[in-house]
Amino acid sequence: MTKVIASARANTDVLGIAFATVLGLGLIFAAGFSHASGMHDMAHDTRHAVSFPCH
Amino acid sequence: MSRKLLTSGLFAGLAAGLIAALLQVTFITPLLLAGEAFESGAQLHFSTTGSPQSEVIHPEAWADVTRNLNTVAMTIVTYTGFALLMVAGFAVAERFGRGPVDARRGAIWGLLGFVAVQLAPSFGLPPELPGTIGAELAARQVWWLGTVSATLAGLVAIGFGRTAMSAAVGGLLIAAPHLIGAPAIDTYFGVAPPELSAHFATRSLGVAALSWVVLGLIAGLVWDRSRA
Repeated sequence: MTKVIASARANTDVLGIAFATVLGLGLIFAAGFSHASGMHDMAHDTRHAVSFPCH
Repeated sequence: MSRKLLTSGLFAGLAAGLIAALLQVTFITPLLLAGEAFESGAQLHFSTTGSPQSEVIHPEAWADVTRNLNTVAMTIVTYTGFALLMVAGFAVAERFGRGPVDARRGAIWGLLGFVAVQLAPSFGLPPELPGTIGAELAARQVWWLGTVSATLAGLVAIGFGRTAMSAAVGGLLIAAPHLIGAPAIDTYFGVAPPELSAHFATRSLGVAALSWVVLGLIAGLVWDRSRA
């Protein structure tokens, strides 16, 4: 029983880590690398300051 | 666990993003605006009149509210992305018995995040002021991503590896992108003054270093406090 609970907990841990990673990468991609012109203009100064290769 | 990851990630991203944005508008945006004046031709350096000098301009960075609000929003989004990856890293480290992460260790994570995400790519691709040029965009993006990934992997190998061999592999991973070399320009073409461009580069790195340490510190603090 304990083992089952422990492994269920480990699975939610892995899910949580995967979720945070995917969300984090998504935000960075949207802000830093999206070629959509609206995103580029909004994020322009941020991209320069964070040294993302921008244009 | 998921809740803890999200709260510490979002909170640290918001706080560090706000601080980074404030520093950016105060210290970096005036240089960006000056660079744009040279990029657009509103100001000329080494102009056709033959004068090697151009006047220093001091643009008013706070005037354009929309532009600054965009910058604040996108800086928060960017740093929240960094923060979520960092707390995911905290969770992985603790799962492998390399915790517990607290504010002090978080600050070290932050400093190393700065090294991996800003300092290492800047070694090959300097922060670019508008009005200076870089190599082809796609090639730079690929090199940037490869360098950040290799540096992170190298830092993990050095920080968490247990043998001299893993440290050596880590060092090699960090060095490799620079031995391969970043996509380079073959002509100098920048229309902005070198003094302005250099100041922009050093300020970008300084603001980023501070923002990353704050990010790690807050992420570590909230992470530690929300320990069940």
